[in-house]
Amino acid sequence: MNEWIAFLAGKFNYWGFIVLMMIGIYAIIAKKNLIKKIIGMNIFQTAIILFYVSTAAKRDAGIPIITHGHGMSGHSARAVDYINPLPHVLMLTAIVVSVATLGVALTLAVKVYRQYGSLEEDEIADSIRARAGGDQ
Amino acid sequence: MKIVALASVLLCGGILIFGTAGFPDFGDPLSPPASHVSPHYIEEAVAETSVPNIVTAVLADYRGFDTLFETAVVFSAAMACFFLLRVFREDERSPSEKLYRHLPTGIILRIDPGGKAPQSNEFEPIDPTWVPHDMIVKTTTRLIIPFIQLFGLYVIAHGHHSPGGGFQGGVILGSSLILYALSQNLRMAIGRMGETVSAVFCAAGVFIYAGAGALCLLMGANFLDYAALSPLFGVDAIQARSLGILVVEIGVGLAVMSAMVWIYYNLASVGRHQEGL
Repeated sequence: MNEWIAFLAGKFNYWGFIVLMMIGIYAIIAKKNLIKKIIGMNIFQTAIILFYVSTAAKRDAGIPIITHGHGMSGHSARAVDYINPLPHVLMLTAIVVSVATLGVALTLAVKVYRQYGSLEEDEIADSIRARAGGDQ
Repeated sequence: MKIVALASVLLCGGILIFGTAGFPDFGDPLSPPASHVSPHYIEEAVAETSVPNIVTAVLADYRGFDTLFETAVVFSAAMACFFLLRVFREDERSPSEKLYRHLPTGIILRIDPGGKAPQSNEFEPIDPTWVPHDMIVKTTTRLIIPFIQLFGLYVIAHGHHSPGGGFQGGVILGSSLILYALSQNLRMAIGRMGETVSAVFCAAGVFIYAGAGALCLLMGANFLDYAALSPLFGVDAIQARSLGILVVEIGVGLAVMSAMVWIYYNLASVGRHQEGL
């Protein structure tokens, strides 16, 4: 029993990210509306960000900014006192890029709506088929 | 279809949860991500770059190439939105009848196709979806926007010593302009920061970043090796790294701010830059 609690306490962050990631993938696969697919893609991205940031955590460590760092000399920082900065760097850029790609995704959705008058996948497929039939 | 999707997603999630047994525990200081290159960053960042905020040091110096191309991704996303959506000519998609609002009285005129538009500047052109703005929202945002922008500049400039940097400050600055467009209207925001200005700023931000790297090449060092800029700044090599990071962060902030604003202009008005949301 105790080892189960220890297992849960050690891995709950991964479980959270897996649940979020699966919700995102399910929305991308199963939903027919393009906007809902885009929302699913964003949930997926959030899951990845959560995963990276949670791997950066260290017990009893502070944020990765050296205290009294300005103008110090001869004083060295210990790696155990600061959390891992690398995942934060990666996710910092990923968040802004995800906003920009969200803009592109919505732009494409707008173009699709202009072209086919619908955002539902099956209706778009129907109208593509109708157009192909009309050309013959 | 939905049942197949649910089954495969549950299977995949189950396999992933099974796989977490091999992952390091939460908060483990000896986990693989925390044990290879990250201790070097934490222990040497101040000595090597004179930047106490390790995230900024890694972002703009150790991993400068990554950030350069992330900025390029933001720039090209803004360009993609522009080229896909922007409509320059009045075509059949835009409403054939034009609506004008008389500002002092709030009376709305409808001009049929071919009709003569009112010439007085007491009239403003509006969309069919126009709704009156709330006085409280307008006044409050007008008071608050300068402080938001000041905070955005602080976040960019103080990114060396506190949480912040080009990306965060750029997003804050961009959101202040989007707030202005939401609370007043899109045309007033475009009047403040036009489409050309945002396009030029967006390109200029990437140019500043890449130019700082190219300047290092001209000074005889590797691309983005800011230590070579020390004769230009008149400081030693370590301080030059800190200042080089600041230059790069300003470029990033400029690019991100104008990319956000530009994407918003095109998305909110579906490329017509009329009334918008």
